[in-house]
Amino acid sequence: MRSQQWFQRRRVGFGWRPADWHGWVVTLLAVAATIAVLVLLRGSSARIPVMILIVAAYVVVALATGGTRPAEEARAADEPTDSEADSGVGVVQQRLALRALTYGRVSTSSPDEPALVVEHLTKRFGERVAVDDVSFSVAAGEVFGFLGPNGAGKTTTVRILATLIAPTSGTARVAGVLLDPANGVDIRRRIAVMTENPGLYLRLTVAENLEFFAGLYELAQPQARIGQALAAVSLAGRANDPCGSLSKGLRQRVALARALLSDPAILFLDEPTSGLDPVASREVHELIDGLRDHGVTVFLTTHRLEEAERLCDNVAILNTSLRTIGRPDELRDRLFTKTLVVRTLTPLASPDAVFAVAGVDGWRADDTTGYVLTVSDARIAAPAVTRALVAAGADLLSLAEVQHSLEDVYLELMDDDVEAGS
Amino acid sequence: MRKEVREFRRNRFVIGTMAVLPFIFLITPMITIFKIPDSASGPQVKSAVGVISLLMLIIPIVIPPVIAAYSVVGERDQGTLEPVLTTPVRASELLLGKAVAAFVPSVAIAYAIYLVVLISVRFGAAHVVGTVVFHPPQLLAQLLFTPLLALWSIWVGIGISTRASDVRVAQQLATVASLPLLGFTSLLSFQLIKPSVPLAIGLALALLVADVIAWRLVSGLFDRERLVTGKEAGTPRQDGGLAG
Repeated sequence: MRSQQWFQRRRVGFGWRPADWHGWVVTLLAVAATIAVLVLLRGSSARIPVMILIVAAYVVVALATGGTRPAEEARAADEPTDSEADSGVGVVQQRLALRALTYGRVSTSSPDEPALVVEHLTKRFGERVAVDDVSFSVAAGEVFGFLGPNGAGKTTTVRILATLIAPTSGTARVAGVLLDPANGVDIRRRIAVMTENPGLYLRLTVAENLEFFAGLYELAQPQARIGQALAAVSLAGRANDPCGSLSKGLRQRVALARALLSDPAILFLDEPTSGLDPVASREVHELIDGLRDHGVTVFLTTHRLEEAERLCDNVAILNTSLRTIGRPDELRDRLFTKTLVVRTLTPLASPDAVFAVAGVDGWRADDTTGYVLTVSDARIAAPAVTRALVAAGADLLSLAEVQHSLEDVYLELMDDDVEAGS
Repeated sequence: MRKEVREFRRNRFVIGTMAVLPFIFLITPMITIFKIPDSASGPQVKSAVGVISLLMLIIPIVIPPVIAAYSVVGERDQGTLEPVLTTPVRASELLLGKAVAAFVPSVAIAYAIYLVVLISVRFGAAHVVGTVVFHPPQLLAQLLFTPLLALWSIWVGIGISTRASDVRVAQQLATVASLPLLGFTSLLSFQLIKPSVPLAIGLALALLVADVIAWRLVSGLFDRERLVTGKEAGTPRQDGGLAG
């Protein structure tokens, strides 16, 4: 904790400067007393001795209530280092902080009502269509991924739902409130947005940045919530550091803490792990998991498909219009057939006979000793194919189900768009 | 406002440089004032004092626009505006906070310079000059009009800031746009409008009403969509809601 000081020693130059309001009051009193002496004792020989007395008293007060170390050194000595600050805030403390943050939230109108309903949302900027007839809904407490290439309309959609810009047509219901000009304040009370650019005031400290936003949200116990928010993102030890001295990754975490302050019903996260190292990214992922556990709806836009696959209950892929929406595994099943890849030591004599087993819908050769099987159910087909290969005397090298990722789904859809465009 | 004050404290040059220019412009008129003998004629004294009074009323007009013009477009360029716009704060509340943040240092500097002038005249100028400078209606006009003129100038600056696309353009336009007030202050300073207590109070009330109207007008100019995307909203705006 920082020691109470009315004055602080200047790092460069001579003297002290006021450290808090006590110091400023003393300084103003000294100035007022000096002016009063100049005016009232004009022409008197006592003027000079009295002024010396005032200056001497001021210096004594500054020495008594200030320190001999420059302000920055005093602050650094009093506060824990990064490792000291974060070592005491482990996963358990983060979870505790998150629980405290999400207690007593303003919820949507009814627990069964979706957190977000978007119907035929369209946004045009002049002739350019940024978002074209997009419809989807997000269940309460869900982590919803919003994916798409650059310029797909993701940020525009978030801005519309955050009441920053108006849709050209279509409607939406955000946290149970109809998206309407008259409801802007009500909606913004129920949501929080972490923009891609942290947008921090670099000259202010971390705590001061959060205090400012706590004031904008009119929070009841701002200091307590600021402490909880910083603990949730493992930045409790950096509260008094200027944001300009933080790395990009730490600024992202401060922005995340800022978004958590108001305990929103819906949290819009725009690229929350952009610029973060793998460890910090994992912490953010754990935080998002924790938020889901506490019933916060998270609307996540990201370019990291593995992140969306890991975190999201549902994803939507947007490229001006909505290309697909669903659970990641549903999207894989919808877009790709289930496939087994078989590799043998030597080519099979009669593959048609070997692969005519239950669960196999068809096959094709991959190379001379590789075979790609289209199957309806890998759990039925794989054992049957294995038995058939053994019965045929084949030397089996490997048999594996092809696992398509969300990235495969995404690239498949984007390739379709490119082909359609050309 | 607390945030703005903290930013000023972290960058004291912002406030410091606001005070330097007025002091520099005061040097020559003050020397003229000090040179006036007790035997000087009334018109000569009034002319010299009029220049000082004009400068005193110019200070609250030309100091605030630079800060006020930065208040919205500057935050947009910094990237700090969008997060603020996602909070429940209404446009009128946000702009009022910015106006107060520009108002306090501007008026404090204007009053401080005026105090320096008064003390200098009291102890350094001829008695005949002090009689004109310390004329009660003159003092009252200075005390009343300084904050009201500053506020008008601030609203002009903020209004330009909400519509400008570049900080530099906003700051220059805001300074130019506040100059018409010089006509009003010239009439007062050279006593072409004879200052009296009822007149001073009446004009002050009129300025106060104008300041309140300016606040509402500027709030109406605030367009979230335009500030976030750089493009006009397609449909009329409402304060506190969607820009469009």
